[in-house]
Amino acid sequence: MLSIKDLHAEVEAKNILKGLNLEIREGEVHAIMGPNGSGKSTLGHVLSGRPGYEITQGNVEFLGKDLLDLDTEERAHLGLFLAFQYPVEIPGVSNMEFLKASVDAVRESQGASAYDTVSFTRRAREACAAVDLDQGFLKRGVNEGFSGGEKKRNELMQMMLLEPRLCILDETDSGLDIDALQVVANGVNAMRSESRSFLLVTHYQRLLDYIEPDFVHVLAGGRIIKSGEKSLALELEAKGYSWLDEGKVA
Amino acid sequence: MADLLTPQLNAETPVSDWLQARRLAGLAAWESSDLPTRKTEEWKYTSLFALQQPFMAASETAESAEEIGLELPQLEGSRLVFVNGFWREDLSDILPDAAIELVRFSEADPTQAALIVQHLGSVVTGNKHPFSALNDAVLADGVFFRILKGSKAACPIQLVWHNSHQADAAINSQRLLVLAEQHSEATVVEHFSGQGHSFTNGLSELILETGATLNHSRLHLESAEALHIGGLHAALERDATLNSFHVAFGGKLKRVDIVINHQGRGAHCQLDGMYLLRGQEHVDYHTCIEHAVPHCTTDETFRGIVGDKASAVFNGRIHIHPDAQKTRAELSNKNLLTSATAEVNTKPELEIYADDVRCAHGATVAQLDESMLHYLRTRGIPADEALVLLSYGFVNALVEKQRLDSLRGYLKPLLADYFGAALAVGSDDAAG
Ligand SMILES: Nc1ncnc2c1ncn2[C@@H]1O[C@H](COP(=O)(O)OP(=O)(O)O)[C@@H](O)[C@H]1O
Ligand SMILES: [Mg+2]
Repeated sequence: MLSIKDLHAEVEAKNILKGLNLEIREGEVHAIMGPNGSGKSTLGHVLSGRPGYEITQGNVEFLGKDLLDLDTEERAHLGLFLAFQYPVEIPGVSNMEFLKASVDAVRESQGASAYDTVSFTRRAREACAAVDLDQGFLKRGVNEGFSGGEKKRNELMQMMLLEPRLCILDETDSGLDIDALQVVANGVNAMRSESRSFLLVTHYQRLLDYIEPDFVHVLAGGRIIKSGEKSLALELEAKGYSWLDEGKVA
Repeated sequence: MADLLTPQLNAETPVSDWLQARRLAGLAAWESSDLPTRKTEEWKYTSLFALQQPFMAASETAESAEEIGLELPQLEGSRLVFVNGFWREDLSDILPDAAIELVRFSEADPTQAALIVQHLGSVVTGNKHPFSALNDAVLADGVFFRILKGSKAACPIQLVWHNSHQADAAINSQRLLVLAEQHSEATVVEHFSGQGHSFTNGLSELILETGATLNHSRLHLESAEALHIGGLHAALERDATLNSFHVAFGGKLKRVDIVINHQGRGAHCQLDGMYLLRGQEHVDYHTCIEHAVPHCTTDETFRGIVGDKASAVFNGRIHIHPDAQKTRAELSNKNLLTSATAEVNTKPELEIYADDVRCAHGATVAQLDESMLHYLRTRGIPADEALVLLSYGFVNALVEKQRLDSLRGYLKPLLADYFGAALAVGSDDAAG
């Protein structure tokens, strides 16, 4: 589904990703862990096509297409979703207006008809309830004045409504209490399917108690330096990252 | 400058003595005053050249709302409709309410006339608003809205001033006087709409006595060719609260002077406004907040979106007098330019003569936020649609602050329509 080969990227003339390789097949759940500043969010931004992130080498294939050749919205139409580590506030545009515009655009690109307002409202309310957010959040400005946890739930709600093929969750678990963490985990688990894949960026093995990953990778110094199974996460939790030599690729 | 006076005087409306006295005083003031030119600092960026054309007196019509292109806003409450300055009873709807008096000057009883004479012109000062003399000089009718002491108006009051002249340029003059007595509360919406390139001189005075609360909106929804010189002048006594909201969709020449006088301790004013311009439209908002006494607060936010070859002027003056200690005043003006040929002149003007005050101001002219744009695009919203959504949000954020549900419900689709946004507007309300 997603194939990243020798990806190099820079921000403000600073090399962040330095030859990253990653292969995600349909239905798989991958977790990426790694120290602060190692380039985890940068990977998400690059995959989403964020301006200011320059790819200097390598290529990325997503569902048979050259991902880096597509506009940000085209990537979304194809089924790529990024839950932001720091979701953006957009005052003046209500969550509901935003969600409808988003779902309509994605459906239109896929040749499906737009939902009518009534059935969309029902779906949005359901998604809202599923992430344990009060219905009032649909009326408020997008992420406007939401707490950290509420923003993360809002990201998850969008993911549920958009039904993407590949979901990248950038530290969606950070700053969540145990109840909220479970809400996120339940949401992800409910969406797991043979045709949908996940890339979970996390600092804590805690999340992986609830969402069982197929693979765990360590990102350090702009590259994946070690990959393994779920047990790797436990090992990282116990020993930290320092025992891994950044020079060696797993 | 073409004669703005004669056509209106020739329209010969018989008026009562007290109105006639007011007219004569206005006439004298108008004839002895010089109209501002661009050499006057206050009028530096706004030319009155468009007024240099022959105008005719506005004429009465009995045509239906549909025929004259009047889309009545569906706000709840009472509605007074004037077309070309003439009262249209058939389009109006006044709900009975013991908390208020709502009369036209022409039908005021002696007690009401005495109150009008006492208060009319007491807030507006000619040197701050030269066109007030012209408004006085041709005064034939107006609306007096009184909210009785300690009462709360049962429903919002809506004043609709519509112009139906299309081919010819008519001139007309409108006047509103609101007297919110002690500890009263009300909501009033001024609505200007119309076709063609007529000239409107719309002047409103708001008097808020001790502890009164007035929610006021002034909507300029006139045509792109419309000419309007308007004024809103308010006096706030002790602990009074004025929430005043302004919307202007372009116009060939639109100048609105807003003057708020904090005259009693503890008065508060929330002043919000937005202007949306395209084509060759020109809008000029001059606001002036006079903090004459201590412990008053002002929150002022104006936002504009200016495209094509349009030009906007915003001048926000806050004058804190030597006695006005403990004043807190905030002024923000943000502008979005959506074309290289659009123009904005924005100037905050703070004059502070007291030392113990908190005063913040900011004026910016900027592009839309990149990170917001990217966020929307990651959700599949194409760039052009995302820009529309963000423009809408930029000004709608001010609509969301307004207290009157039906006003928000009226303005949001209007804005969405203006920007061409295919929004699920209103469905968020359905979600409530
Ligand atoms: N917009 C930016 N400008 C400059 N440096 C940036 C920018 N974004 C990220 N970086 C730098 O790139 C590195 C990787 O950041 P990031 O991908 O956010 O790390 P992580 O998510 O793994 O904590 C950091 O050193 C960070 O300071
Ligand atoms: Mg990060």
